[in-house]
Amino acid sequence: MIPENLRDNPVASALDSVALTTKFEFNELTIEVAPVNIVEALRRVKHELNFERLSTVTGVDRYPAEPRFEIVYHLQSIAGKQRLRLKSRLSGENPEIESAFAVYRSANWYEREVFDLFGVRFLNHPDMTRIMLPDDWVGHPLRKDVPVTGTRY
Amino acid sequence: MSADDSAVLTDGGITSELEVEQDYEKHTHTRSGTQSMVLNMGPQHPSTHGVLRLLLELDGETILKAAPDIGYLHTGIEKEFEVKTYQQGVTLTDRIDYLAPLSNNLVYCLAAEKLLGLEIPPLAQWTRVMLAELTRLNSHLVWLGTHAIDIGAMSVFLYCFREREEILRIFEMFSGQRMMTSYFRIGGLALEPPRGWQKRVRDFVDIFPSRVDEYEELLTSNRIWTGRTKGIGYIPLADMIDLGVTGPMLRAAGLKIDIRKDAPYSSYEKFDFDVPTRTENDVFARYAVRVEEMRQSTKIIRQALEGMPSGSHQADAPGIVLPDREKMKTQMEALIYHFKIVTEGFRVPEGEVYQAVESPRGEVGVYMVSDGTQKPYRVHWRGPSFGNLQAIPKMIEGTLIADVIAGLGSMDFVLGDTDR
Repeated sequence: MIPENLRDNPVASALDSVALTTKFEFNELTIEVAPVNIVEALRRVKHELNFERLSTVTGVDRYPAEPRFEIVYHLQSIAGKQRLRLKSRLSGENPEIESAFAVYRSANWYEREVFDLFGVRFLNHPDMTRIMLPDDWVGHPLRKDVPVTGTRY
Repeated sequence: MSADDSAVLTDGGITSELEVEQDYEKHTHTRSGTQSMVLNMGPQHPSTHGVLRLLLELDGETILKAAPDIGYLHTGIEKEFEVKTYQQGVTLTDRIDYLAPLSNNLVYCLAAEKLLGLEIPPLAQWTRVMLAELTRLNSHLVWLGTHAIDIGAMSVFLYCFREREEILRIFEMFSGQRMMTSYFRIGGLALEPPRGWQKRVRDFVDIFPSRVDEYEELLTSNRIWTGRTKGIGYIPLADMIDLGVTGPMLRAAGLKIDIRKDAPYSSYEKFDFDVPTRTENDVFARYAVRVEEMRQSTKIIRQALEGMPSGSHQADAPGIVLPDREKMKTQMEALIYHFKIVTEGFRVPEGEVYQAVESPRGEVGVYMVSDGTQKPYRVHWRGPSFGNLQAIPKMIEGTLIADVIAGLGSMDFVLGDTDR
Protein backbone atom coordinates (compact mmCIF):
# COMPACT_ATOMS: atom_id res chain seq x y z
CA MET A 1 0.00 0.00 0.00
CA ILE A 2 1.40 3.38 -0.98
CA PRO A 3 0.70 6.16 1.50
CA GLU A 4 -1.16 9.18 0.14
CA ASN A 5 1.89 11.46 -0.04
CA LEU A 6 3.91 8.99 -2.17
CA ARG A 7 1.36 8.48 -4.98
CA ASP A 8 3.47 10.57 -7.39
CA ASN A 9 6.73 8.87 -6.53
CA PRO A 10 7.70 6.71 -9.56
CA VAL A 11 9.88 4.38 -7.49
CA ALA A 12 7.20 3.74 -4.89
CA SER A 13 4.53 3.09 -7.53
CA ALA A 14 6.72 0.78 -9.60
CA LEU A 15 7.41 -1.38 -6.56
CA ASP A 16 3.89 -1.23 -5.17
CA SER A 17 2.99 -4.78 -6.18
CA VAL A 18 5.86 -6.29 -4.14
CA ALA A 19 5.97 -3.73 -1.31
CA LEU A 20 4.76 -4.62 2.17
CA THR A 21 5.25 -1.12 3.55
CA THR A 22 6.45 2.10 1.99
CA LYS A 23 7.60 5.07 3.97
CA PHE A 24 9.36 8.35 3.37
CA GLU A 25 11.27 9.67 6.39
CA PHE A 26 14.22 12.05 6.68
CA ASN A 27 13.92 12.55 2.92
CA GLU A 28 14.71 8.88 2.36
CA LEU A 29 12.49 6.31 0.73
CA THR A 30 12.28 2.91 2.43
CA ILE A 31 10.39 0.00 0.94
CA GLU A 32 9.97 -3.28 2.72
CA VAL A 33 9.40 -6.40 0.67
CA ALA A 34 8.85 -10.04 1.60
CA PRO A 35 12.06 -12.16 1.53
CA VAL A 36 10.72 -14.24 -1.38
CA ASN A 37 10.32 -11.12 -3.50
CA ILE A 38 13.68 -9.50 -2.83
CA VAL A 39 15.43 -10.56 -6.03
CA GLU A 40 12.38 -9.63 -8.10
CA ALA A 41 12.32 -6.21 -6.43
CA LEU A 42 16.04 -5.67 -7.01
CA ARG A 43 15.73 -6.72 -10.63
CA ARG A 44 12.92 -4.24 -11.15
CA VAL A 45 14.86 -1.51 -9.38
CA LYS A 46 17.89 -2.13 -11.56
CA HIS A 47 16.32 -2.62 -14.96
CA GLU A 48 13.13 -0.57 -14.87
CA LEU A 49 14.06 2.21 -12.46
CA ASN A 50 17.70 2.45 -13.48
CA PHE A 51 19.37 2.20 -10.07
CA GLU A 52 22.80 1.19 -11.34
CA ARG A 53 24.52 0.81 -7.99
CA LEU A 54 24.02 -1.33 -4.95
CA SER A 55 25.86 0.71 -2.33
CA THR A 56 25.76 -1.71 0.56
CA VAL A 57 23.95 -4.68 2.03
CA THR A 58 23.78 -4.96 5.77
CA GLY A 59 21.76 -6.38 8.61
CA VAL A 60 20.05 -5.22 11.76
CA ASP A 61 19.33 -7.61 14.61
CA ARG A 62 16.05 -6.90 16.43
CA TYR A 63 16.59 -9.60 19.07
CA PRO A 64 14.48 -10.67 20.94
CA ALA A 65 11.70 -9.43 18.63
CA GLU A 66 10.46 -11.60 15.78
CA PRO A 67 11.05 -11.47 12.82
CA ARG A 68 14.53 -10.98 14.16
CA PHE A 69 16.74 -9.90 11.27
CA GLU A 70 16.37 -7.03 8.85
CA ILE A 71 18.44 -7.23 5.69
CA VAL A 72 18.89 -3.72 4.33
CA TYR A 73 19.91 -2.83 0.77
CA HIS A 74 21.00 0.70 -0.13
CA LEU A 75 20.73 1.52 -3.80
CA GLN A 76 21.73 4.54 -5.81
CA SER A 77 20.70 5.83 -9.20
CA ILE A 78 23.62 7.76 -10.62
CA ALA A 79 21.64 9.30 -13.47
CA GLY A 80 18.57 10.03 -11.36
CA LYS A 81 20.66 11.27 -8.40
CA GLN A 82 18.52 9.45 -5.88
CA ARG A 83 18.83 6.75 -3.29
CA LEU A 84 16.55 3.98 -2.15
CA ARG A 85 16.48 1.61 0.79
CA LEU A 86 15.03 -1.86 0.38
CA LYS A 87 14.42 -4.05 3.35
CA SER A 88 13.41 -7.60 4.17
CA ARG A 89 12.66 -9.17 7.53
CA LEU A 90 13.77 -12.69 8.38
CA SER A 91 12.93 -14.92 11.28
CA GLY A 92 15.67 -15.81 13.78
CA GLU A 93 15.06 -19.51 13.17
CA ASN A 94 17.44 -20.54 10.36
CA PRO A 95 17.55 -17.14 8.59
CA GLU A 96 17.94 -17.47 4.83
CA ILE A 97 17.34 -15.18 1.89
CA GLU A 98 18.03 -15.32 -1.84
CA SER A 99 21.34 -13.67 -2.78
CA ALA A 100 21.34 -10.40 -4.71
CA PHE A 101 24.49 -11.46 -6.51
CA ALA A 102 22.64 -12.41 -9.70
CA VAL A 103 21.49 -8.80 -10.03
CA TYR A 104 24.35 -6.79 -8.51
CA ARG A 105 27.81 -8.33 -8.25
CA SER A 106 28.80 -5.89 -5.51
CA ALA A 107 26.51 -7.91 -3.22
CA ASN A 108 29.21 -10.60 -3.15
CA TRP A 109 31.33 -9.30 -0.28
CA TYR A 110 28.55 -7.42 1.47
CA GLU A 111 26.51 -10.58 1.79
CA ARG A 112 29.53 -12.50 2.98
CA GLU A 113 29.97 -9.86 5.66
CA VAL A 114 26.33 -10.17 6.76
CA PHE A 115 26.74 -13.96 6.84
CA ASP A 116 29.93 -13.64 8.87
CA LEU A 117 28.69 -11.14 11.42
CA PHE A 118 24.96 -11.98 11.64
CA GLY A 119 24.77 -15.60 10.52
CA VAL A 120 22.20 -14.96 7.82
CA ARG A 121 22.66 -17.38 4.94
CA PHE A 122 22.33 -16.16 1.36
CA LEU A 123 21.09 -18.79 -1.07
CA ASN A 124 22.78 -19.18 -4.46
CA HIS A 125 25.68 -17.03 -3.39
CA PRO A 126 28.90 -18.05 -5.22
CA ASP A 127 31.12 -18.13 -2.12
CA MET A 128 29.20 -18.19 1.17
CA THR A 129 32.20 -18.16 3.52
CA ARG A 130 33.36 -15.91 6.34
CA ILE A 131 35.10 -12.74 5.19
CA MET A 132 36.24 -10.82 8.28
CA LEU A 133 36.68 -13.48 10.94
CA PRO A 134 38.79 -16.65 10.78
CA ASP A 135 37.06 -19.63 9.16
CA ASP A 136 36.99 -21.57 12.45
CA TRP A 137 35.33 -18.78 14.45
CA VAL A 138 32.26 -19.81 16.42
CA GLY A 139 29.31 -17.44 16.54
CA HIS A 140 28.27 -14.26 14.77
CA PRO A 141 29.44 -11.22 16.74
CA LEU A 142 27.04 -8.51 15.50
CA ARG A 143 24.08 -10.43 16.90
CA LYS A 144 22.59 -8.65 19.86
CA ASP A 145 22.86 -11.71 22.12
CA VAL A 146 26.66 -11.71 21.77
CA PRO A 147 28.35 -9.57 24.44
CA VAL A 148 30.87 -6.88 23.52
CA THR A 149 33.48 -8.10 25.98
CA GLY A 150 34.06 -11.62 27.20
CA THR A 151 33.47 -14.81 25.30
CA ARG A 152 30.65 -16.45 27.21
CA TYR A 153 27.06 -15.86 26.22
CA MET B 1 22.22 -13.50 -14.81
CA SER B 2 19.70 -12.46 -17.46
CA ALA B 3 20.61 -11.83 -21.09
CA ASP B 4 20.20 -8.16 -20.32
CA ASP B 5 22.97 -8.16 -17.73
CA SER B 6 25.55 -9.96 -19.82
CA ALA B 7 25.13 -7.45 -22.64
CA VAL B 8 26.99 -4.79 -20.67
CA LEU B 9 29.07 -6.70 -18.19
CA THR B 10 32.01 -8.99 -18.66
CA ASP B 11 32.45 -12.28 -16.86
CA GLY B 12 34.92 -13.27 -14.17
CA GLY B 13 36.52 -11.27 -11.44
CA ILE B 14 34.85 -12.94 -8.47
CA THR B 15 37.38 -15.63 -7.75
CA SER B 16 37.21 -17.15 -4.28
CA GLU B 17 40.16 -18.33 -2.19
CA LEU B 18 38.83 -21.86 -2.30
CA GLU B 19 38.84 -21.84 -6.09
CA VAL B 20 42.52 -20.96 -6.22
CA GLU B 21 43.42 -23.60 -3.65
CA GLN B 22 41.39 -26.26 -5.46
CA ASP B 23 43.02 -25.38 -8.76
CA TYR B 24 46.36 -25.84 -7.14
CA GLU B 25 45.43 -29.21 -5.68
CA LYS B 26 44.02 -30.41 -8.99
CA HIS B 27 47.44 -29.72 -10.55
CA THR B 28 45.86 -27.62 -13.23
CA HIS B 29 48.14 -27.40 -16.19
CA THR B 30 48.66 -24.06 -17.82
CA ARG B 31 49.04 -23.22 -21.46
CA SER B 32 52.78 -23.42 -21.21
CA GLY B 33 52.38 -27.04 -20.10
CA THR B 34 53.65 -26.55 -16.56
CA GLN B 35 51.77 -26.57 -13.31
CA SER B 36 50.45 -23.22 -12.16
CA MET B 37 51.96 -21.74 -9.04
CA VAL B 38 50.07 -20.24 -6.12
CA LEU B 39 51.71 -17.23 -4.57
CA ASN B 40 50.71 -15.56 -1.34
CA MET B 41 51.17 -11.84 -1.68
CA GLY B 42 50.82 -10.31 1.73
CA PRO B 43 49.50 -9.90 4.34
CA GLN B 44 52.88 -8.30 5.09
CA HIS B 45 53.87 -7.20 1.60
CA PRO B 46 54.78 -3.50 1.74
CA SER B 47 52.79 -2.55 -1.33
CA THR B 48 49.56 -3.94 0.07
CA HIS B 49 49.37 -0.86 2.32
CA GLY B 50 48.21 -2.52 5.45
CA VAL B 51 47.41 -6.17 5.68
CA LEU B 52 45.79 -7.29 2.49
CA ARG B 53 46.50 -10.85 1.46
CA LEU B 54 46.24 -11.71 -2.20
CA LEU B 55 46.19 -15.31 -3.34
CA LEU B 56 47.60 -15.33 -6.83
CA GLU B 57 47.60 -18.27 -9.21
CA LEU B 58 50.40 -17.72 -11.66
CA ASP B 59 51.49 -19.06 -15.01
CA GLY B 60 55.00 -17.69 -15.17
CA GLU B 61 54.47 -14.02 -14.53
CA THR B 62 50.88 -13.93 -15.75
CA ILE B 63 48.10 -13.96 -13.18
CA LEU B 64 45.49 -16.58 -13.94
CA LYS B 65 43.34 -16.02 -10.88
CA ALA B 66 43.45 -13.65 -7.96
CA ALA B 67 41.54 -13.87 -4.70
CA PRO B 68 41.83 -11.10 -2.13
CA ASP B 69 41.62 -12.16 1.51
CA ILE B 70 40.70 -9.41 3.95
CA GLY B 71 39.79 -9.23 7.62
CA TYR B 72 43.23 -9.02 9.22
CA LEU B 73 42.40 -5.59 10.62
CA HIS B 74 38.85 -6.36 11.68
CA THR B 75 38.36 -4.60 14.99
CA GLY B 76 34.60 -4.89 15.46
CA ILE B 77 34.07 -1.14 15.32
CA GLU B 78 30.44 -1.55 14.24
CA LYS B 79 29.77 -3.54 17.40
CA GLU B 80 31.66 -1.00 19.49
CA PHE B 81 29.36 1.81 18.28
CA GLU B 82 26.43 0.04 19.93
CA VAL B 83 27.87 0.40 23.44
CA LYS B 84 29.10 3.97 23.06
CA THR B 85 26.93 7.05 23.32
CA TYR B 86 26.46 9.07 20.15
CA GLN B 87 29.05 11.62 21.25
CA GLN B 88 31.63 8.96 22.14
CA GLY B 89 31.15 7.30 18.75
CA VAL B 90 32.91 10.17 16.99
CA THR B 91 36.27 9.01 18.30
CA LEU B 92 35.79 5.58 16.75
CA THR B 93 35.29 7.03 13.29
CA ASP B 94 38.86 8.41 13.11
CA ARG B 95 40.24 4.95 13.53
CA ILE B 96 38.33 3.44 10.63
CA ASP B 97 40.01 5.29 7.78
CA TYR B 98 43.04 6.73 9.54
CA LEU B 99 44.18 8.70 6.52
CA ALA B 100 40.91 10.62 6.24
CA PRO B 101 39.78 11.09 9.85
CA LEU B 102 37.84 14.29 9.30
CA SER B 103 35.78 12.92 6.39
CA ASN B 104 34.76 10.12 8.72
CA ASN B 105 33.94 12.48 11.59
CA LEU B 106 31.86 14.47 9.15
CA VAL B 107 29.75 11.61 7.81
CA TYR B 108 29.04 10.27 11.30
CA CYS B 109 28.03 13.70 12.63
CA LEU B 110 25.87 14.44 9.58
CA ALA B 111 23.98 11.17 10.06
CA ALA B 112 23.32 11.84 13.75
CA GLU B 113 22.38 15.44 13.02
CA LYS B 114 19.90 14.27 10.40
CA LEU B 115 18.20 12.09 13.02
CA LEU B 116 18.23 14.94 15.54
CA GLY B 117 17.11 17.55 13.00
CA LEU B 118 19.91 19.92 14.04
CA GLU B 119 20.67 23.13 12.22
CA ILE B 120 24.42 23.70 12.02
CA PRO B 121 25.66 27.32 12.04
CA PRO B 122 27.51 28.54 8.91
CA LEU B 123 30.88 28.94 10.62
CA ALA B 124 30.88 25.29 11.65
CA GLN B 125 29.76 24.16 8.19
CA TRP B 126 32.46 26.13 6.41
CA THR B 127 35.16 25.00 8.80
CA ARG B 128 34.02 21.45 8.21
CA VAL B 129 34.31 21.90 4.45
CA MET B 130 37.76 23.44 4.78
CA LEU B 131 39.09 20.71 7.02
CA ALA B 132 37.48 17.97 4.97
CA GLU B 133 39.32 19.28 1.92
CA LEU B 134 42.59 19.46 3.85
CA THR B 135 41.92 15.83 4.73
CA ARG B 136 41.54 15.05 1.05
CA LEU B 137 44.93 16.65 0.40
CA ASN B 138 46.44 14.77 3.33
CA SER B 139 45.12 11.46 2.03
CA HIS B 140 46.06 12.13 -1.59
CA LEU B 141 49.58 13.10 -0.54
CA VAL B 142 50.10 9.86 1.33
CA TRP B 143 48.62 8.01 -1.63
CA LEU B 144 50.87 9.75 -4.15
CA GLY B 145 54.00 9.27 -2.07
CA THR B 146 53.45 5.57 -1.42
CA HIS B 147 52.13 4.85 -4.92
CA ALA B 148 55.25 6.41 -6.41
CA ILE B 149 57.52 4.50 -4.01
CA ASP B 150 55.82 1.24 -5.01
CA ILE B 151 56.56 1.94 -8.65
CA GLY B 152 60.12 3.00 -7.89
CA ALA B 153 60.09 6.78 -7.65
CA MET B 154 61.56 7.25 -4.22
CA SER B 155 61.92 11.01 -4.03
CA VAL B 156 58.24 11.88 -4.59
CA PHE B 157 57.50 10.41 -1.18
CA LEU B 158 59.79 12.95 0.50
CA TYR B 159 58.15 15.85 -1.31
CA CYS B 160 54.64 14.68 -0.46
CA PHE B 161 55.37 14.14 3.21
CA ARG B 162 56.85 17.62 3.48
CA GLU B 163 53.44 19.12 2.65
CA ARG B 164 51.54 16.53 4.61
CA GLU B 165 53.47 17.56 7.69
CA GLU B 166 52.15 21.09 7.28
CA ILE B 167 48.58 19.79 7.00
CA LEU B 168 49.02 17.71 10.13
CA ARG B 169 50.27 20.82 11.93
CA ILE B 170 47.08 22.61 10.90
CA PHE B 171 45.03 19.69 12.24
CA GLU B 172 46.97 19.83 15.47
CA MET B 173 46.34 23.55 15.73
CA PHE B 174 42.58 23.02 15.39
CA SER B 175 42.04 19.87 17.38
CA GLY B 176 45.18 19.18 19.40
CA GLN B 177 45.72 15.96 17.45
CA ARG B 178 47.62 15.20 14.28
CA MET B 179 45.79 12.11 13.11
CA MET B 180 42.92 11.07 15.39
CA THR B 181 41.36 14.49 15.29
CA SER B 182 37.72 13.90 16.38
CA TYR B 183 37.26 17.60 15.73
CA PHE B 184 33.71 17.51 14.39
CA ARG B 185 31.12 16.79 17.02
CA ILE B 186 27.39 16.28 16.77
CA GLY B 187 26.10 19.85 16.66
CA GLY B 188 29.21 21.57 15.35
CA LEU B 189 32.90 21.61 16.22
CA ALA B 190 34.67 20.38 19.33
CA LEU B 191 36.46 23.66 19.92
CA GLU B 192 36.37 27.16 18.57
CA PRO B 193 38.77 27.60 15.61
CA PRO B 194 42.11 28.61 17.18
CA ARG B 195 43.55 32.10 17.03
CA GLY B 196 45.77 32.68 14.03
CA TRP B 197 44.56 29.74 11.97
CA GLN B 198 43.93 32.01 8.99
CA LYS B 199 47.61 32.79 8.56
CA ARG B 200 48.60 29.14 8.85
CA VAL B 201 46.07 28.03 6.26
CA ARG B 202 46.79 30.99 3.95
CA ASP B 203 50.51 30.25 3.97
CA PHE B 204 49.68 26.70 3.04
CA VAL B 205 47.28 27.41 0.16
CA ASP B 206 49.66 30.06 -1.20
CA ILE B 207 52.51 27.62 -1.50
CA PHE B 208 50.64 24.39 -2.26
CA PRO B 209 49.76 24.85 -5.97
CA SER B 210 53.45 25.30 -6.81
CA ARG B 211 54.20 22.14 -4.82
CA VAL B 212 51.68 20.20 -6.92
CA ASP B 213 53.57 21.48 -9.96
CA GLU B 214 56.70 19.98 -8.43
CA TYR B 215 55.09 16.56 -8.09
CA GLU B 216 53.91 16.76 -11.66
CA GLU B 217 57.36 17.74 -12.85
CA LEU B 218 58.72 14.64 -11.19
CA LEU B 219 56.11 12.29 -12.58
CA THR B 220 53.71 13.37 -15.29
CA SER B 221 56.14 13.21 -18.22
CA ASN B 222 58.60 10.86 -16.57
CA ARG B 223 59.12 8.02 -19.05
CA ILE B 224 59.40 5.32 -16.42
CA TRP B 225 56.27 6.57 -14.66
CA THR B 226 54.18 6.72 -17.84
CA GLY B 227 55.54 3.35 -18.93
CA ARG B 228 54.48 1.75 -15.67
CA THR B 229 51.07 3.43 -15.46
CA LYS B 230 49.62 4.06 -18.92
CA GLY B 231 47.31 1.34 -20.19
CA ILE B 232 47.61 -0.59 -16.89
CA GLY B 233 44.80 -1.54 -14.55
CA TYR B 234 41.88 -1.20 -16.91
CA ILE B 235 38.42 -2.26 -15.69
CA PRO B 236 35.35 -1.61 -17.86
CA LEU B 237 33.20 1.17 -16.40
CA ALA B 238 30.02 -0.94 -16.31
CA ASP B 239 31.86 -3.58 -14.29
CA MET B 240 33.19 -1.03 -11.83
CA ILE B 241 29.72 0.32 -11.15
CA ASP B 242 28.35 -3.19 -10.77
CA LEU B 243 31.17 -4.23 -8.42
CA GLY B 244 30.61 -1.27 -6.12
CA VAL B 245 33.63 0.90 -7.00
CA THR B 246 33.31 4.62 -6.19
CA GLY B 247 35.32 7.82 -6.18
CA PRO B 248 38.36 8.75 -8.29
CA MET B 249 38.36 5.31 -9.92
CA LEU B 250 35.00 6.07 -11.58
CA ARG B 251 36.00 9.63 -12.42
CA ALA B 252 39.12 8.33 -14.17
CA ALA B 253 36.81 6.21 -16.33
CA GLY B 254 34.89 9.27 -17.51
CA LEU B 255 31.92 9.20 -15.15
CA LYS B 256 31.29 12.57 -13.55
CA ILE B 257 30.18 11.39 -10.15
CA ASP B 258 30.84 13.26 -6.93
CA ILE B 259 28.56 13.35 -3.89
CA ARG B 260 29.72 16.91 -3.17
CA LYS B 261 27.98 17.95 -6.39
CA ASP B 262 25.20 15.36 -6.69
CA ALA B 263 23.84 15.64 -3.15
CA PRO B 264 25.64 18.57 -1.52
CA TYR B 265 26.08 18.42 2.26
CA SER B 266 27.56 20.86 4.76
CA SER B 267 27.04 23.79 2.32
CA TYR B 268 29.27 22.42 -0.48
CA GLU B 269 26.76 23.95 -2.90
CA LYS B 270 28.16 27.38 -2.01
CA PHE B 271 31.64 26.52 -3.25
CA ASP B 272 32.88 26.79 -6.80
CA PHE B 273 34.94 23.83 -7.95
CA ASP B 274 35.16 21.35 -10.80
CA VAL B 275 34.96 17.58 -10.76
CA PRO B 276 37.96 16.40 -12.77
CA THR B 277 37.44 13.42 -15.05
CA ARG B 278 39.57 11.44 -17.47
CA THR B 279 38.54 8.82 -19.97
CA GLU B 280 41.58 6.53 -20.25
CA ASN B 281 40.51 4.45 -17.24
CA ASP B 282 44.03 3.31 -16.35
CA VAL B 283 46.49 3.86 -13.51
CA PHE B 284 47.77 7.05 -15.09
CA ALA B 285 44.26 8.50 -15.46
CA ARG B 286 43.60 7.82 -11.76
CA TYR B 287 46.85 9.60 -10.93
CA ALA B 288 45.87 12.55 -13.13
CA VAL B 289 42.40 12.77 -11.58
CA ARG B 290 43.77 12.80 -8.03
CA VAL B 291 46.40 15.40 -8.85
CA GLU B 292 43.72 17.63 -10.34
CA GLU B 293 41.55 17.01 -7.28
CA MET B 294 44.37 18.37 -5.14
CA ARG B 295 44.26 21.60 -7.12
CA GLN B 296 40.47 21.78 -6.84
CA SER B 297 40.60 21.16 -3.09
CA THR B 298 43.09 23.99 -2.70
CA LYS B 299 40.58 26.18 -4.51
CA ILE B 300 37.85 25.17 -2.06
CA ILE B 301 40.10 25.79 0.94
CA ARG B 302 40.95 29.25 -0.35
CA GLN B 303 37.24 30.07 -0.78
CA ALA B 304 36.51 28.83 2.73
CA LEU B 305 39.38 30.89 4.07
CA GLU B 306 38.31 34.07 2.35
CA GLY B 307 34.57 33.78 2.90
CA MET B 308 34.56 32.28 6.38
CA PRO B 309 31.34 33.42 8.06
CA SER B 310 31.33 34.59 11.64
CA GLY B 311 29.16 33.32 14.43
CA SER B 312 28.97 30.37 16.73
CA HIS B 313 30.90 27.16 16.13
CA GLN B 314 28.14 25.03 17.67
CA ALA B 315 24.43 24.68 17.16
CA ASP B 316 22.07 26.18 19.69
CA ALA B 317 21.00 22.85 21.13
CA PRO B 318 21.34 22.65 24.90
CA GLY B 319 21.35 19.08 26.06
CA ILE B 320 23.14 17.91 22.91
CA VAL B 321 26.05 20.29 22.58
CA LEU B 322 28.39 20.62 25.55
CA PRO B 323 27.93 24.03 27.19
CA ASP B 324 30.56 26.71 27.11
CA ARG B 325 33.21 26.26 29.80
CA GLU B 326 32.61 29.74 31.21
CA LYS B 327 28.84 29.23 31.41
CA MET B 328 29.35 25.91 33.08
CA LYS B 329 31.15 27.59 35.94
CA THR B 330 28.53 30.29 36.46
CA GLN B 331 25.17 28.80 35.48
CA MET B 332 23.38 25.96 37.22
CA GLU B 333 21.56 24.79 34.08
CA ALA B 334 24.71 24.61 32.02
CA LEU B 335 26.37 22.52 34.70
CA ILE B 336 23.43 20.10 34.74
CA TYR B 337 23.50 19.75 30.95
CA HIS B 338 27.22 19.15 31.02
CA PHE B 339 26.85 16.47 33.66
CA LYS B 340 23.98 14.81 31.79
CA ILE B 341 25.72 14.75 28.41
CA VAL B 342 28.98 13.42 29.81
CA THR B 343 27.49 10.77 32.09
CA GLU B 344 24.57 9.46 30.10
CA GLY B 345 24.57 11.14 26.68
CA PHE B 346 21.52 12.50 24.90
CA ARG B 347 18.52 10.75 23.43
CA VAL B 348 18.17 10.58 19.66
CA PRO B 349 14.68 10.17 18.15
CA GLU B 350 13.79 6.79 16.70
CA GLY B 351 14.49 6.31 13.01
CA GLU B 352 17.01 5.25 10.41
CA VAL B 353 19.12 7.32 8.04
CA TYR B 354 21.79 6.78 5.43
CA GLN B 355 24.27 9.58 4.94
CA ALA B 356 26.97 9.52 2.27
CA VAL B 357 29.97 11.80 1.92
CA GLU B 358 32.68 12.00 -0.75
CA SER B 359 35.79 10.86 1.07
CA PRO B 360 39.20 10.93 -0.68
CA ARG B 361 38.59 7.32 -1.69
CA GLY B 362 34.95 7.49 -2.74
CA GLU B 363 31.59 7.08 -1.09
CA VAL B 364 31.78 6.72 2.66
CA GLY B 365 28.32 6.08 4.03
CA VAL B 366 26.81 5.64 7.45
CA TYR B 367 23.59 3.75 8.00
CA MET B 368 22.45 4.69 11.49
CA VAL B 369 19.50 3.13 13.27
CA SER B 370 18.24 4.74 16.45
CA ASP B 371 15.80 3.18 18.91
CA GLY B 372 15.32 6.38 20.86
CA THR B 373 18.01 5.74 23.48
CA GLN B 374 21.39 7.39 24.11
CA LYS B 375 23.31 4.78 22.13
CA PRO B 376 22.88 3.96 18.45
CA TYR B 377 21.05 0.69 17.91
CA ARG B 378 23.13 -0.07 14.84
CA VAL B 379 25.78 1.77 12.84
CA HIS B 380 26.84 0.29 9.54
CA TRP B 381 29.92 1.76 7.91
CA ARG B 382 30.02 1.65 4.13
CA GLY B 383 33.73 2.15 3.58
CA PRO B 384 34.86 3.07 0.08
CA SER B 385 37.91 0.79 0.28
CA PHE B 386 35.74 -2.28 0.85
CA GLY B 387 33.74 -1.58 -2.30
CA ASN B 388 36.81 -0.73 -4.35
CA LEU B 389 38.73 -3.84 -3.33
CA GLN B 390 36.04 -6.09 -4.78
CA ALA B 391 37.24 -5.08 -8.22
CA ILE B 392 40.82 -6.32 -7.68
CA PRO B 393 40.44 -9.73 -9.35
CA LYS B 394 38.69 -8.05 -12.27
CA MET B 395 41.58 -5.64 -12.65
CA ILE B 396 44.58 -7.93 -12.32
CA GLU B 397 43.50 -11.30 -13.71
CA GLY B 398 45.30 -11.81 -16.99
CA THR B 399 47.93 -9.15 -16.37
CA LEU B 400 51.56 -9.40 -15.24
CA ILE B 401 52.58 -9.57 -11.60
CA ALA B 402 54.52 -6.29 -11.78
CA ASP B 403 51.32 -4.51 -12.79
CA VAL B 404 49.57 -5.74 -9.65
CA ILE B 405 51.59 -3.26 -7.63
CA ALA B 406 50.70 -0.34 -9.87
CA GLY B 407 47.05 -1.43 -10.01
CA LEU B 408 46.70 -1.83 -6.25
CA GLY B 409 48.30 1.57 -5.71
CA SER B 410 45.84 3.21 -8.08
CA MET B 411 42.91 1.93 -6.00
CA ASP B 412 44.10 3.86 -2.94
CA PHE B 413 42.56 1.65 -0.31
CA VAL B 414 43.08 1.72 3.44
CA LEU B 415 42.73 -1.61 5.15
CA GLY B 416 41.35 -0.09 8.33
CA ASP B 417 38.48 1.18 6.23
CA THR B 418 38.02 -2.18 4.52
CA ASP B 419 37.97 -4.37 7.61
CA ARG B 420 36.58 -1.93 10.19
